[in-house]
Amino acid sequence: MQTLPNFLPALPLMFLAGSAMALLILGVFQHGHYVAREIAWLAVVALIATVALITGFGSERQVSLYGMLVTDGFGVFMSVLVLLGAAFSIVMAIRFNEREGVARFEFPVLVLLATTGMLMMITANDLISLYIGLELQNLPLYVVASFQRDQTRSSEAGLKYFVLGALSSGMLLYGASLVYGFAGTTNFDTLAHSLDVSTMSIGLVVGIVFVAVGLAFKVSAVPFHMWTPDVYEGAPTPVTAFFSTAPKIAALALFVRVMVYAFGSLIDQWQQIIMAISVASMLLGSFAAINQRNIKRLMAYSSISHVGYSLIGLAAGTPAGVRGILVYMAIYLFMNIGAFSVILCMRRDGKMVENIQDLAGLARTRPMLAAALGVFMFSLAGVPPLAGFFSKFYIFMAAIDARLFWLAVLGVVTSVVSCYYYVRIVKVMYFDEPAPAFDLGIGREMQAVLLISTAVILLFVIFPAPLIGTAEMASATLFPG
Amino acid sequence: MQNWPLLTLTIFLPLVGVFFILVLRGAEADVARNARWIALWTSLIDLALSLLIWAYFDPNQADFQFVETAPWLPGFHIAYHLGVDGISLFFILLSTFLMPICIVASWESIKVRVKEYMCAFLVMETLLVGLFCALDFVVFYIFFEGVLIPMFLIIGIWGGPRRVYSAFKFFLYTFLGSVLMLLGILAIYYQIGSTDVVEALNRGLPVSLQTWLFLAFFASFAVKVPMWPVHTWLPDAHVEAPTAGSVILAGVLLKMGGYGFIRFSLPLFPVAAHQLAPFIFTLSVVAIIYTSLVALAQDDMKKLIAYSSVAHMGIVTMGTFAMTSEALQGAMIQMLSHGIVSAALFLCVGVVYDRLHTREIARYGGLADNMPKYATVFMVFTLASIGLPGTSGFVGEFLSLLGTFEINTWVAFFATIGTILSASYMLYLYRRIIFGVITRADVRAMLDLHWREVAIFAPMIAIVLWMGIYPDSFLKPMQPSLAKLVEHIQLSLHENAAAKLAER
Repeated sequence: MQTLPNFLPALPLMFLAGSAMALLILGVFQHGHYVAREIAWLAVVALIATVALITGFGSERQVSLYGMLVTDGFGVFMSVLVLLGAAFSIVMAIRFNEREGVARFEFPVLVLLATTGMLMMITANDLISLYIGLELQNLPLYVVASFQRDQTRSSEAGLKYFVLGALSSGMLLYGASLVYGFAGTTNFDTLAHSLDVSTMSIGLVVGIVFVAVGLAFKVSAVPFHMWTPDVYEGAPTPVTAFFSTAPKIAALALFVRVMVYAFGSLIDQWQQIIMAISVASMLLGSFAAINQRNIKRLMAYSSISHVGYSLIGLAAGTPAGVRGILVYMAIYLFMNIGAFSVILCMRRDGKMVENIQDLAGLARTRPMLAAALGVFMFSLAGVPPLAGFFSKFYIFMAAIDARLFWLAVLGVVTSVVSCYYYVRIVKVMYFDEPAPAFDLGIGREMQAVLLISTAVILLFVIFPAPLIGTAEMASATLFPG
Repeated sequence: MQNWPLLTLTIFLPLVGVFFILVLRGAEADVARNARWIALWTSLIDLALSLLIWAYFDPNQADFQFVETAPWLPGFHIAYHLGVDGISLFFILLSTFLMPICIVASWESIKVRVKEYMCAFLVMETLLVGLFCALDFVVFYIFFEGVLIPMFLIIGIWGGPRRVYSAFKFFLYTFLGSVLMLLGILAIYYQIGSTDVVEALNRGLPVSLQTWLFLAFFASFAVKVPMWPVHTWLPDAHVEAPTAGSVILAGVLLKMGGYGFIRFSLPLFPVAAHQLAPFIFTLSVVAIIYTSLVALAQDDMKKLIAYSSVAHMGIVTMGTFAMTSEALQGAMIQMLSHGIVSAALFLCVGVVYDRLHTREIARYGGLADNMPKYATVFMVFTLASIGLPGTSGFVGEFLSLLGTFEINTWVAFFATIGTILSASYMLYLYRRIIFGVITRADVRAMLDLHWREVAIFAPMIAIVLWMGIYPDSFLKPMQPSLAKLVEHIQLSLHENAAAKLAER
């Protein structure tokens, strides 16, 4: 008799998908955008409930749905980050959408669907479920990128993202089919156990390279980063905040699981690729951002360089490296959410402004806002005692541990270069003569987001142990035996 | 008393002051006044606490005292570990002593954003005291790097016309140096499995690694000291910084490098330090002679004193790497003396700058006539900077030169030329400002020292003379620790030589 598959560990995923559809139905029957705000808050509740479900199931390794999905400590950690990123983004979008006249209930629903895809990516245990998760993530993202559909910039961003995203998905799929052809399986467990350097064929390596390229597109690592600045600039700001956190974290989680777990025994084959794109991302991310005038573009390049740093952890391919990535992503999430919520407050005469010079003298017109952005900038630059220092600390620790000395030296040198443009924003806010003040009334929910993220970044130095300890346990689950 | 967490209290008390300043509300003038008083009282209480540390410090012990440990990152053997010994004790005192002086010195000259200014200084005090107490590499690094943020803001917000350039130069220069040290710290971590300084000192590091690690730490400390040729950020930073910023920069920030050499570079990498000593001697001698000549050619008072700082710190690095007991004591006293004297000289510049708003030497002249008190004060610190016997500068220079002479006669010879040059540029500066005939009406109208300024200078003069006439009260507590350090270095060098011999 056919037994039912073990689907219990996949319950959070199903819950999230179900709530997305329920909210969609609710929105349709409640006549559109009159209920946009309520649906957004319900979506946040659904995301938080999913966090509770995921953590409630524990971090024991369980394979479900005929080996398609896996839940383990690593997956739980990354899923929680993604869910938090999505929840923050929805909260940040509420008032923005109302002001820009695009307060539609579809927005939170689309974000929920994309988040479902991300959770699937994180817990994928098979190249097929990986691809389904990836596409489930991508399609809603294309739509939210062009959510301000009457603005050419936004539509352009969505279109660009779609074309390049489809290209990268194609490459990934091609790589996956090559892997299947030469290894005879798409299951990560089987791949991890059966692959061996001595029996490996060149076709498999080509397949791995294509998979890596596809994933590098998704995390926007150089040289597959070209879409990032344009999309980040064009997309509505809360969407950019979302793009720079949740999908990036999910794609990086996937990258780590595929490389370190499924292809872990072939580390000698892929390590140099990862090192090369890591170095290129750090260099380009830090040098290209110097001349940016638009703060969203600057954040795009900044996110490229941060991906470069976290890829150092992947290049190490060790538990210490994965731990570094986990810590990095957790802190990066709060830094980016915080920085983008300040950017969302950059509003003058009812219109959004995005140039760095618009921040001039913010320390005098809005001291608290300036102090918060200053904290995020110093933290992104990695200056202690702020949290951003610890994220880099654990990455470089992993690099030294894996004897990747030159990678570490390059990393710290580029971090000094990138320091220049982060600190330049502090300079504009604190040293320059004030520009006209921004509009008041940033909203209570925005204040809460700012308060939470500032507190996390500032106070992390006092209680680092819980996060680091959890990351330590989570990273160990990728390395059985 | 030994059981109290005295160090933690001293470190974090200024943050309590910051909290009180941040919650101030009301009219701008009231807020500014209250912020000044809160900052002053906080720093004075902190000074009292640090004097308690000195009072209860056992000068016959070489080991760390007032040790505090608390788990921080337990899985990684990274702990909140504090302690003081004879080497760090006086740097803590120097920081807490200069802070109230900085605050009083900015009482009237800082008029805008007083609240933020006082907060920046108090945060700086926390970081400075913390870094001298830290006995864990990561804790040390956090305090060491954290100093950049308040200093960057102090130069950038309250500085002179080219403040943005100088602030960036300061920040990026020192940041680049320090991140390399971070890699060194991580390498040590993987070598001994912990970032505890005491454990690293006890276990020692393999000779093969020492050179690389030494260079990584050197990159950071050499920029901070600053050694020639990475000193160029210093004159810019000094010229643009507000007076109190220069005081803390010259008084304490430069000592971070010298302290780092004595606390970390010498005991952890003795073999590498010994091998690279000729290299450092060369840089020090170039610094002493070259920057003295540069100082001789300056038209700007602050720039002149900034270059003289580089020269004086050259004597410190020379004495440090001579690695004899006398030379190390000399280097320590030289750092303390320079901390007080150069700080006082910057304050002297600040006094006339507040009145005439120019630092150009040629604008002044003949101040002895209408500012006799000022002329006297300036005279004391000029002579102390030159190293006249009876002042603190003499003790430091003499002991450093004496110790170096034993090791390398030529280095000592060139360094002595530097001290002659220092007499010439300082006296030349003094002559141009104080002596001569007053030609300008605005210079004639300048008032002599205000009682507040007298109150700043009086304790500084007292300490300069105390250190010069009876240096024993300063030397005695540091001697056991330095003796232990020298012994440790000698032992490591012997072991290394024996190991090399055995290989053959």
